[in-house]
Amino acid sequence: MSANVLDIALTVLLVAAAVWTVSTARMLRSVIGLAATSALLTAILFRLDSPLAAVFELSVCAGLIPAILVSAVGLTARMDDDALARRKRAKLKVFALLPVILAAAAWALVRLNVPLDFALPAAQGPGATVQTTLWNLRQADLVGQIAVLLAAAFGVVVLLKGKSQ
Amino acid sequence: MTPQAALIFGTFAVGAVLVLIVGFYSLLSTRNLIRSIIALEVLTKSVTLLIILAGYTTAQQALAQSLAITLIVIEVAVMVVGVGLVLRIHSQTGSIDTNTVENIKG
Repeated sequence: MSANVLDIALTVLLVAAAVWTVSTARMLRSVIGLAATSALLTAILFRLDSPLAAVFELSVCAGLIPAILVSAVGLTARMDDDALARRKRAKLKVFALLPVILAAAAWALVRLNVPLDFALPAAQGPGATVQTTLWNLRQADLVGQIAVLLAAAFGVVVLLKGKSQ
Repeated sequence: MTPQAALIFGTFAVGAVLVLIVGFYSLLSTRNLIRSIIALEVLTKSVTLLIILAGYTTAQQALAQSLAITLIVIEVAVMVVGVGLVLRIHSQTGSIDTNTVENIKG
């Protein structure tokens, strides 16, 4: 049985978007690449029957996070043309090896041929939904999420507070 | 595991590992703090895919999705605090280069 063409295409596009995100010299293009990576991951999550996680990924990771990163890039100093040219040369040097590493890793993983007939844990009942799992089984996660969000809000307020005279 | 599920797992698992390599490579090679945050984001994409893939393979999508949602929320919190730190460092030193951060007092 051969792999689905759509699955392979999505995987290749995801890796290509991730490589473009980290290797492009301009910061804004890098942020756009990150949003594209998130959008492609969303498509894969839909393919894997996980629509709620996909919607979260699309709205938060492809929408909110790039917006925050663009604001951060806008608040830092602008790079002049000479510095940009130097960075492009440096990036070319640093990331020249990456495609070779990725090709070698992909070849090794495909050749490795890991046996996938391992025993699976018992599946949840057919009535298990994300809502019931989240509210009945993972309440500690919800408390943790609220605590992390509050800590993050507090941290940002402290970090961005102006110096008092 | 059915042959079809094994095939899907194999295809996307290879992609997830490659994205993980890209994220680590970028994290280790960059000196720009905002790029470090972007590399961390790329790493979390790989982890999100692996969690959902594990849920799909074991027919526990509900549990995997709830864990992925938790991961996304924590990812946002980490990213926002990271950006706050970068902006603070930029306002103090005028730079977002990690070499500059190594030289600051404290």
